[in-house]
Amino acid sequence: MSFSCALEQKRSRLQARARIFNEIRAFFTCRDFLEVETPHRIPSNAPELHIDAQPSGEQVLHTSPELCMKRLLAAGYPRLFQICHCWRSAERGARHLPEFTLLEWYRAHSDYHSLMDDCERLLTRLIPDTQLHYQGQTIDLTPPFERLTLAEAFARYAPLSLEQALATDQFEELYSDQVEPDLGRGKPTILYGFPASMAALARCCPINPHQAERFELYIAGLELANAFSELTDAAEQRQRFEAEEALRRAQGKPGYPLPEAFLRDLAHMPPAAGIALGLDRLVMLLTDATTIDQVVAFTPEDL
Amino acid sequence: MYNCSDLKKGLKVMIDGEPHVIAQFDFSKPGKGQALYKCKLRNMITGSLFDRTYRSGESFEPAPLEERDMQYLYQDETGYVFMDTKSFEQISLSADTLGDDKYFLVDNMEVKILMFGEVGIGITLPNFVTLRVTQADPWVKGDTAAGNNKPATVETGYTLQVPSFVDEGILIQIDTRTGEYVTRVKE
Repeated sequence: MSFSCALEQKRSRLQARARIFNEIRAFFTCRDFLEVETPHRIPSNAPELHIDAQPSGEQVLHTSPELCMKRLLAAGYPRLFQICHCWRSAERGARHLPEFTLLEWYRAHSDYHSLMDDCERLLTRLIPDTQLHYQGQTIDLTPPFERLTLAEAFARYAPLSLEQALATDQFEELYSDQVEPDLGRGKPTILYGFPASMAALARCCPINPHQAERFELYIAGLELANAFSELTDAAEQRQRFEAEEALRRAQGKPGYPLPEAFLRDLAHMPPAAGIALGLDRLVMLLTDATTIDQVVAFTPEDL
Repeated sequence: MYNCSDLKKGLKVMIDGEPHVIAQFDFSKPGKGQALYKCKLRNMITGSLFDRTYRSGESFEPAPLEERDMQYLYQDETGYVFMDTKSFEQISLSADTLGDDKYFLVDNMEVKILMFGEVGIGITLPNFVTLRVTQADPWVKGDTAAGNNKPATVETGYTLQVPSFVDEGILIQIDTRTGEYVTRVKE
């Protein structure tokens, strides 16, 4: 197929994409969220074991705008959103692009429950008749979405319990092969109850310090968003970054300098909640696309 | 050596001592955890397909494969015999290895043979081959509607759909990549 022909086939999805982005901006703007832009090229990323940044000279391209967004929260901006490109090294598959588009939004003086409500409202704004048709499935978006803990999801869909899967080092394989495909079928699923070790920037549950206040939103087996009640304890955040950094170095991965400006400002950040939603995947769902390639004009391989 | 981030569809790697090609590939990162690299692999010798998932940190040896220019000579009881056009060495490929490509071989055809050590495991034919139709239903006069196809068999025993005007005895061109009729050839 000639290249211009491939682009022509994308026209209706690219048009839908633009409409969806406009709707999202209208949704947040009318709720008093300030749209911001933060630098894409930053001195340091939040160190996380499994996320690798794309180097850009002496600096890196951000893997998420979260550090700068939280510095704005700390400076007294109560409601923020951003739509931006982010880069994650070597992530390429039917649902991954190494350069992709994230929507992040943050609420001061809130926790992750308010973000669950935001997700429900945003999705029903985008699909007013609340019936999403995706790859032969019909997903009912009428709130409330299904709330399911990670342990419940393993009990329901996997041959091992969450504890057994973690203890035998089969968590990722079982999660990916047995659990994820069944999440968000029929209704969107808000998956919560993640172990604290799987959320480097999230606050732990006050009643269960082994769990993080983190959730993921799934629709039709597609992971759409990842949300936290933000950790605001700068000393604990520094310790977690150092621990992640040590693990990175132990695995021979490139090290990152600690984001000192962020850690300095974090001490002033009010309690807050933040969420990152993959907009390419949202467009996939809303345009019935099977691969992320179908919803962007150019993939890295096209360049 | 390749590592996981080099894996992609079409890459040829050694697994358990045999060359494999990645027939399908996907990347997943469940729950922001460790990356998984999901491969559907085809054994390039036996053709068998299976799934395997790798985690980052694993490494792979490139499959030591070599493409050699050869000429098709003849068929005998050992299979289909080819000769290396540089070394004049002869090798034989089985009908199973060739699949439908065996129907598109004509004497002295220049081909590329994919070699794993001294074993031929695949063939790349010229894109087009000209073969004589040995059996086809006669053309019904007046049947000129486009898209009216009929089956025809060519000299190598291969059967394909051809336009209704193609009669026994004429030469046709076939696309060896798709196995489909391209055009009739004037002699």
